[in-house]
Amino acid sequence: MQSFLEMRGICKRFGQVQANDQISFEARAGEIHALLGENGAGKTTLMNILYGLYQPDAGEIYLNGQAVRIRSPQDSIRLGIGMLHQHFMLVAPFSVAQNIMLGLPSSRGLFLDTDRAAAKISALAQQYELKVDPNAFVWQLSVGAQQRVEIVKALYRGAQLLVLDEPTAVLTPQETKEFFVTLRSMAQQGHTIIFITHKLEEVMEISDRCTVLRDGRVIGTVETRQTTDEELARMMVGREVVLRVAKEPSSPGKAVLEVEELSVMGEHGLLAVRGVSFQARAGEILAVAGVDGNGQTELAEAILGLRRTAAGRILIDGQNVTGATPRQIIEKRVTHIPEDRMAMGLIAEFSIQENLILDCFDDAPYSQSPFGNGKAGWFLNARAIVQHARQAIADYGIKAPGPNAKTRFLSGGNLQKVVVARALYHSPQLLIAIHPTRGVDVGATEFIWRRLLSERDAGRAILLISADLDEVLQLSDRIAVLFEGEVMGTLSSDNVDLVELGLLMAGAKRLVA
Amino acid sequence: MKGEVVSPVGNTGPEALPIFGGVKLPWHRTRTTVLSLGLPLLALLIAFGIGAIMLILSGANPIAGYQALWQGAFGSVYNISETLVKATPILLVALGVAFAFRCSVWNIGAEGQLHIGAVTATVAGIALKNVTPEMPAILAIPIVIVAGFIGGGLYASFAGFLKVKWEVNEVITTIMMNFVAVLFVQYLAFGPLRDPAAQGQPMSPYIIESAELPRLIPSTRFHLGIVLAFLAAFVVYIVLWKTTLGFQVRAVGANPRAAKHAGIDVGRSIFIAMLVSGGLAGLAGAFEIMGLHYRLLDSFSPGYGQTGTIVALLGNLHPLAIVPAAVLFGGMLNGADTMARTVQVSTSIITVIEGLMVLFVLGSQFLVSKWEG
Amino acid sequence: MSFLELIPQLFQGAVLIGLLAAAIRMATPLVIAGLGQIFAQLSGVLDLSVEGMMLMGAFFGFAGAYYTGNLWLGVLTGMLSGVAVSLVMSFLCITLRANQTIVSIMLVIMLAGLVTFLNKLIFGVGYIPPKTEGFQAVYVPGLSDLPIVGPVLFQQNILVYLGFLLVPIVGIIIYRTTFGMNIRAVGEHPRAADSVGVNVFRTRYLAIIIGGLFAGLAGAFLTLAWTGLFTDIITSGRGWLAIALVFFGKWNPYRLAAGALLFGFVNAVQLRMQAMSGQMVAFQLMLMLPYLLCILVLIVVSRKAGGPANLTVPYKRE
Repeated sequence: MQSFLEMRGICKRFGQVQANDQISFEARAGEIHALLGENGAGKTTLMNILYGLYQPDAGEIYLNGQAVRIRSPQDSIRLGIGMLHQHFMLVAPFSVAQNIMLGLPSSRGLFLDTDRAAAKISALAQQYELKVDPNAFVWQLSVGAQQRVEIVKALYRGAQLLVLDEPTAVLTPQETKEFFVTLRSMAQQGHTIIFITHKLEEVMEISDRCTVLRDGRVIGTVETRQTTDEELARMMVGREVVLRVAKEPSSPGKAVLEVEELSVMGEHGLLAVRGVSFQARAGEILAVAGVDGNGQTELAEAILGLRRTAAGRILIDGQNVTGATPRQIIEKRVTHIPEDRMAMGLIAEFSIQENLILDCFDDAPYSQSPFGNGKAGWFLNARAIVQHARQAIADYGIKAPGPNAKTRFLSGGNLQKVVVARALYHSPQLLIAIHPTRGVDVGATEFIWRRLLSERDAGRAILLISADLDEVLQLSDRIAVLFEGEVMGTLSSDNVDLVELGLLMAGAKRLVA
Repeated sequence: MKGEVVSPVGNTGPEALPIFGGVKLPWHRTRTTVLSLGLPLLALLIAFGIGAIMLILSGANPIAGYQALWQGAFGSVYNISETLVKATPILLVALGVAFAFRCSVWNIGAEGQLHIGAVTATVAGIALKNVTPEMPAILAIPIVIVAGFIGGGLYASFAGFLKVKWEVNEVITTIMMNFVAVLFVQYLAFGPLRDPAAQGQPMSPYIIESAELPRLIPSTRFHLGIVLAFLAAFVVYIVLWKTTLGFQVRAVGANPRAAKHAGIDVGRSIFIAMLVSGGLAGLAGAFEIMGLHYRLLDSFSPGYGQTGTIVALLGNLHPLAIVPAAVLFGGMLNGADTMARTVQVSTSIITVIEGLMVLFVLGSQFLVSKWEG
Repeated sequence: MSFLELIPQLFQGAVLIGLLAAAIRMATPLVIAGLGQIFAQLSGVLDLSVEGMMLMGAFFGFAGAYYTGNLWLGVLTGMLSGVAVSLVMSFLCITLRANQTIVSIMLVIMLAGLVTFLNKLIFGVGYIPPKTEGFQAVYVPGLSDLPIVGPVLFQQNILVYLGFLLVPIVGIIIYRTTFGMNIRAVGEHPRAADSVGVNVFRTRYLAIIIGGLFAGLAGAFLTLAWTGLFTDIITSGRGWLAIALVFFGKWNPYRLAAGALLFGFVNAVQLRMQAMSGQMVAFQLMLMLPYLLCILVLIVVSRKAGGPANLTVPYKRE
């Protein structure tokens, strides 16, 4: 059978990272083809290239045997490619029909022709057995219904090939079932469906074939009926684990952080964290691993006091801190490395020295009273602040013109070092490190890893939240896998079975605690 | 303000030399240095150049006009003193506005806060006169000053409260409050606070004599408030860069999300910023009463609130740049009359030149920041 | 006598009719400017320079009419001056992505100075400002003679009718045309709009320019259909009130008109009281009403939120 879509030798580099490395991939008409991989495997980049959001550095794309150039989403739409993004591109106050009509010329010139569009939409909905009411308002719709709208939106524009990016991320199990029925129906009617996922169960249930990506390369393409969970997991995460940083065995002490049956609300009124329980102990690195979007952000925010909890308790050093303010959490000697250093961690216009004291400027010795008696007060102690910065710069090898340089001018790795320095400098009892080396160069990454390990040896409790499996394997003593807001299982990182890890991350296995 | 906002005003650190509207001088970037100095000066020249064109259009000789302007502003001891007299409220307002803007709180209500500060200062001054007429200056002056500060501060903090509690846009509320305050002063001056001895004029009774700010240079109106205002500039500088409060305010203004992550109470910072901002504007009003008029008058402010806001932006929100800018504007205000009389033009040319100055200087700051990347 | 004692006098027949008619007249500039701002705000831009644009419209409208002898040409120049300002505003805020608040405030301040200067330059510094014969009341056969309804609704000048006619027109544009839908999409979810090919930048530019056009028209109304002359303080905060009214009306033209009528009524009562005042004290407190009401409206509206999700957030294509 001839392929409907063929992508040959696609390469794409972003700065230091080779996101797509000679990827060749094809999908047939009437097929549901899964693209499986963990974070950073290159799936989204590849599909964004297909959709025209990026241009490949090398490689060609063929549709029905014809070579095509896709320069923008308009081109791909015209070629019959429709994309459903992870975050819906729907205007909430509009009706379904209005959303679908948006951007298209109206049959009545200047005036909207909602009725005609509604009729066409109803016809399409019937053809594909989709429950879509053209006159309903999007804000009224459930997430599953909104997704159906996105599908109809693509079909309305004549999409033959549909690309779905993590489509079930926000669906309930019931909605997922209905969604799969829709997909099969569309495939039967000749459409080609590519869907990006990290969930093995879905791959096994709905796809005809599956292509596994890892580190920007195609590991293999298999017929779903002829493969197993284990084989896919191995392809997804299998790697040679070379420990680049020396790690001593840990000697964990008391439980510094205890999370009990914690539930936290996420978007769309769904729980992002569901009844999670775990402990982070002093002298140990506990990693919360999993693909992005499974509740890690909300979990961290809840612990740090940045987000309200829906149920459960959080204890630090034995004291209940559920519902505390960020300031109160910091005062419990809990620091963190935030997810996005420029948006949440640092103030670009401030200098390095100012950023370093952002969470402790009220304390001695950085603040002082005018009487200079060593106690904290209203005035900033410039000398102590500069001194502190100089020391941190030296300790952490931060390449900067000086303690007073604005952080705006630093590179990603150096910026992260500033954030890490601030988090570690005053011997916190608990450090929550969220994606600590994301977007950081190799040298700085290793430095930060070494630092984290030495802090752990010094007795700190470290909660590492990361989607980078490498990082997790290098640093952690124990690994808790988060999937759809639940802890699927906790493994020791000694001789970890990667396949088992992969299965847990992809939701295909659950360890009974 | 969320979102990708390229603001023409930044939060420069203490090392930012107060080059007129200039940005930090990093030593290793000479090109930026030249630009940060050169562009604002160029901007000023262009503004004055366009002003010259407007003078010509009005049928006046620009050279004679600018000469008259200079003469009126700085041409004699008396003129200089008058320039400083006018610069004082502008300076105080600008300091207040800068303080709020540093927290990204857009306080456009300086005019109103100024008026309310004048009211509370007057009321305190009159109360003292009636209750403790023998109170010495050493007590009376601070009391009335504090009353002025509190008046403006509380008035502004109402808008601050609304912003923190319900995210009500502070630009609109403070502007509305301007109108209310000016009308309120009118009401008081014509009504409840009218001095029966003033023969129908909208003026209040005099405040207690010991609260009058002493004149420091004979035969001029140079009063103590002028010195205090310059002192205030220094104090604001210290607070913003040398105290924990200033640090907090600047952090919230630059990146409220990062500030929140670091444990800073964003709402509290915003509220305090408004309080201080309004307080300084209130001081401006108070000093006008205590140093010049000794009573509350209707229309005692020729738009100091507006001018002060302009000066704050022109000085890149930095006290050390705001001071010369305020003096410049005081001079222009003072010299405008002379210029108007000498070459027969409208004083509103000055307003336009001022506006152009800010437009071009802000524009140059903006360009420099884009260049720096 | 205090103004409280005047209140019963207001509700006497003839006075009340006069007030209602005046209310409609006073509401008109608020309606017009507000309608323009609905476009701008729906597209996601909080244009705070309305006061300045109205002032420009008032001045240039007057100047245009004075020098050409034609009121409609004056209206045209007024509208064009509003457009000119909005072009500057859109360039700075959309293309250069500068801070919308600062740019708006600066424009308002500068335009006030510019207009004062131009006024003195062009019309001189006389004691008696030049005047034009503004738009007169239009006589509608039959309707204008009706008791009560006649003088209130049908003895207004043409710009009043035009202004209120714009309400349903704007309603149709916003809710029934492609352009209107694009504007709302761009303000609510610019990325979604961009993803289906709607040009976010162009849409916003157009929306702001419409805002300027209407603001200029509203300003021209003040000089050409109300007072017949120009003074520096002719707008006295109406631009800001218009912005608040947009919030008040939840970005809906009809609710905006209702709110404007309310404010217009308050304004009319104010002016009436000022005229009746003579010996009266404390009428300034009445003058404060619109501004206090505006603050109240903002509080109520902000508490319930709602509105274009992306108001004041500049758009950046990743």
